[in-house]
Order: sequence, then C-alpha cells, then structure tokens
Amino acid sequence: MQDIITVSGLSKTYATGFTALKNVNLGIRRGEIFALLGPNGAGKTTLIGIVCGTVNPSAGTVTVDGHDNVTDFRAARSLIGLVPQELTTDAFESVWATVSFSRGLFGKPKNPAYIEKILKDLSLWDKKDNKIMTLSGGMKRRVLIAKALSHEPKILFLDEPTAGVDVELRKDMWQVVRDLRAAGVTIILTTHYIEEAEDMADRIGVISKGEIILVEEKKELMRKLGQKRLTLQLQERLSSLPAGLFGASQLSLSNDGDELTYTYDTQAERTGITRLLASLNEAGIRFRDLSTKQSSLEEIFVGLVHQDRNGGAK
Amino acid sequence: MNWRAIHAIYRFEMARTARTLMQSILAPVISTSLYFVVFGAAIGSRITTMEGVDYGSFIVPGLIMLTLLMQSVMNASFGIYFPKFTGTIYELLSAPISFIEIVIGYVGAAATKSIILGLIILATSWLFVPVRIAHPVWMISFLVLTAVTFSLLGFIIGIWADGFEKLQIVPLLIITPLTFLGGAFYSVNVLPPFWQVVTFVNPIVYLISGFRWSFYEVADVSVGISIGMTLAFLVACIVVVWWIFKTGYRLKN
Ligand SMILES: Nc1ncnc2c1ncn2[C@@H]1O[C@H](COP(=O)(O)OP(=O)(O)O)[C@@H](O)[C@H]1O
Ligand SMILES: [Mg+2]
Repeated sequence: MQDIITVSGLSKTYATGFTALKNVNLGIRRGEIFALLGPNGAGKTTLIGIVCGTVNPSAGTVTVDGHDNVTDFRAARSLIGLVPQELTTDAFESVWATVSFSRGLFGKPKNPAYIEKILKDLSLWDKKDNKIMTLSGGMKRRVLIAKALSHEPKILFLDEPTAGVDVELRKDMWQVVRDLRAAGVTIILTTHYIEEAEDMADRIGVISKGEIILVEEKKELMRKLGQKRLTLQLQERLSSLPAGLFGASQLSLSNDGDELTYTYDTQAERTGITRLLASLNEAGIRFRDLSTKQSSLEEIFVGLVHQDRNGGAK
Repeated sequence: MNWRAIHAIYRFEMARTARTLMQSILAPVISTSLYFVVFGAAIGSRITTMEGVDYGSFIVPGLIMLTLLMQSVMNASFGIYFPKFTGTIYELLSAPISFIEIVIGYVGAAATKSIILGLIILATSWLFVPVRIAHPVWMISFLVLTAVTFSLLGFIIGIWADGFEKLQIVPLLIITPLTFLGGAFYSVNVLPPFWQVVTFVNPIVYLISGFRWSFYEVADVSVGISIGMTLAFLVACIVVVWWIFKTGYRLKN
C-alpha cells in the first residue's frame, strides 16, 4: 500500500547556521502508529514542523496522501492534526471556544455533537466553559489534543505528548490513540518514554543528530537488536565469580551472590549458553532455576545512539 | 478561499474585542471629551473659526482620524503579535489556509473595531459641537479605507515586533506625532511656508484633509490627491504584507 506520508531528501539549516536535519527520507504507512525516538535536539520537532507547515524546509519534499505539502498545502494540511510539544494555548478563551475555533480554521462546518464527543473522551466536558488559563498543565495538554482532533484529521502528530503528564492523562490519551488507530487514523508520535513506544507503536524510527539511523517494525527491532539475559538462581551463594568460567566478560553476580546473569546477543552465531552451562557444571556451581529476558527498547535505543555517537556502525 | 477559516479568525478577534469592550470604548471617548474641553474651550476662545468653520466642529474629523489610526494600528498589531508571543501561531501556520485568509481575518476584525470606535467618537462630538457631513458616502469611504490601511500597517508592525516595546513605539512615536502635525487640529494653511512643505511629506495630512472635506468641503489638498495618496499607502501595505508571507518573514523558521 502507498505510504500516507513520504519525506524525501529533507534537510533543514536554521538561520543560526545549525543543521537540524540532514537528508531525511522516511515513509509513514497508512494507519500505523509510528514512534519517532531520539535524544533531545535530534530534530524530531523540526521534522514534524516541516511536515505540518510551521517550519520551512531548506531542501527536500514532503507529500501527504499524494499532495505536495507546499504546492498543494491546503489538501495536505487539512488531513493533519498537530499536538505541539510546548503547551501553547490561548488564555482567555473557553475550552469550547478554542476547540470550535480550530475546527473552523480547518474549514470544517460546525458540529457540536462531534466536539462534545471529543471533550468527553478527553475528560474535558465539565471544563468546557472554563477559561483555558485556569486549567492545569495536564488539562491544557488535553485541550491541545482536542484542538488537533477537532477537524477529524486522518493523520495525527503527537510531539512528546506525555512529557510531564500525569498517569491519568496518559491512560486517557493512549485510549484515545488506540480508538483513533482502530478508526484508521495514522499516528506519529515522539516520546521520551520508551515503554510507550514499546506498548503503542507498530514501527519505530530512531533519529539522532538530524539523521534517521534506523526504521524498523517494532517486533523486528526487538528481535534483531535485542540482547537477552539469562538469569540463573544459584543453590548456594557465591562470594565472587570463580576464575576460569566460560564467558566471564558477559557474566555478573548479583550483590547477595545468589544470582548469576549472562548477557548474550540473540543474533550471534553461537550464544555460548551450552558452553556456559558445561563450564558451570565443571566448577560445581548448581542452580535452582533459570529464566531469560529480552532487553527493553530503551536498552536497544541507548545502545544505538551510543554507537552512532561514537561513529560506529549504523 | 477558506471562508470558514476567515470567519473563525474574525470571530475570535471580535470576541477578544468584546471582552475588553468597556476600556476600548471608554478611553477614546474620555480623551475625545478632554480634547473638546481643552481645544474647544481654551483654544477655541481665541480661534473662533478655521477656514470658515467653527473651530470646535473643525477638529472633529481630525479627532476621529486620531482614534481611527491609533486603534487600527494597535488592534491589528496586537492581534497578530499575541499568537506569535504565546506560540499559538503554530495553529495558523499548520491550518489549510493561505496568508490571504489570515490577513482578511485579522485586518478585517481590527478595522471593524476601529470603525465602530470612530463612529462612537463622531457621536460623542455631536454632544459638544454642531457637526455637518456634506458627503456621507465619501466620509464612510475614507473611514473604511483608512481603517483597513492602518490595520494592515498594524499587522505588519505586529509581525515585525519581537517585543512589547516595539508594539508601543510605532503608535506612540510615529502615528500620534504625525497625526498632530498632520493638521488634525489646524489647517495646514496657517503654518509658515517652510513647515507647509514639510507637512506635505506626512501621509496623514492627505487622510485628514480628505476626511475633513467630506464633512465641511474644506481641504488642504485636493480631494483627488487625498484619495490617490490613501490608495497608494494601502497598496504599499499590501505589497509589504505579500512579501512577508512569501518569505515567511518572522513567522516561520
Ligand atoms: N528556531 C531555531 N533556530 C535555531 N536552531 C534551532 C531552532 N529550533 C531548533 N533548533 C535546533 O535544532 C536542533 C533540533 O531541534 P528539535 O527539532 O527541536 O529537536 P528535538 O525535538 O528532537 O528535541 C536542536 O539542536 C535545536 O537547538
Ligand atoms: Mg522536540
């Protein structure tokens, strides 16, 4: 199926001379949840800004559902809802007024029933007549989401939507995101909470220093790049690792000496597990139980960015 | 053309006006009344007529212009500066609207407000002095044209300004002096020849002159020139706005 967003050769150099994006190519699939991960200053907000029209690109093109986002910006933009990273809201307007304003701005006819539904989904209904400035930070974030959804977008950008947000809102928000996805809306989010990408995303892109380092199915990424840990629960405590064990560099002993952890790469030709177990047997170390655990996306991510920073392989 | 968007912006701006209605109306009404007391009573006792018009009546068009120019510039500049300042401009930039729609929405609302205020000043004046309007259609035309032109100027200032001081500077340091020197309270003919020449560099002279002509049929310059200069100023503002939006000047990174 044709990608809903195609980013080609996109570069951005700010007036300061700083290059925030370097020849970025990216395709977003229709209906997916795409998580864009990257450290602060990687260029996530800049990339979203160019797609949505708030930042001018220095080079490259973006098409949204087949519409060039510069020459055919009306068609392109009317498909997109944007929840910005910063809490930028009006102050004196009511929640209802500001959300209705957004719908009008996108050229959609009035639909009070629809706005009522959004406000209810985001637990904003009882606040609808309140002035925005009287709301808490979390509530303002909800208002921004409601504004982005007010014009029934086919694509939703969420730029670090859960930064500094309470648990309650995160739950509500992810429920809304799941409902939207079920309704066929494509969602692109950036987040620092990698568990969320892990929970929510279908695919993950990693951006660092203005370059997309990798784009992968989440499952594939976890499988491919994941390290696994084998944890052995020992029958008798050890005070230190005996010398001469196999794979000593990959082994660590827990503080109280009753757990031995072996870290290995699932992609390696040989994991070394068999030899480790043989070696333990020889040393007379017996264990009660064992378990293996896939490393989290966070660990993968930190490893990747670290590699990139050191000029290592991509 | 995204008419719904224009309507949304216009409504939004008019709601902002409505929230501050009392102070928006009270301040100009009070200052106008003061002008009548000071100029009409104090100076008017020495200068009884100007160009054959009773002095108190003579200054009415100038007073309306003063309010019109100040309010147009201030409303429009503040209207577009505020979203820039708070960051809510992201929504205007990411909406499926062209800059033309943004301008029509903001400038339309600012002009509407200043026209309403201009008419309120006119009504206030009526309480103090006799006012005759010889050419009502021309009067309204000058009123609307000036309000739109200076709202455009205000819009430009609001985009150019990167701080609240700059927003204040232009109305206070440019518009007010030019209006005072532009014959709001006197006929340019009473000035010494040198200052008359200097005065004709001031674009506001043409606005006030034409506007006053629509009331009393007395003018410092011919009406044709007044209309021509007003239109020229309007076109100049449109060109600058067009350039701003073409380049994204101070709007987009
Ligand atoms: N308006 C700007 N002018 C100059 N540099 C900027 C501007 N906006 C962002 N940058 C720089 O571009 C880089 C990428 O920023 P951003 O896209 O916000 O990153 P992220 O969202 O991934 O944290 C950062 O180094 C930032 O300092
Ligand atoms: Mg960011």
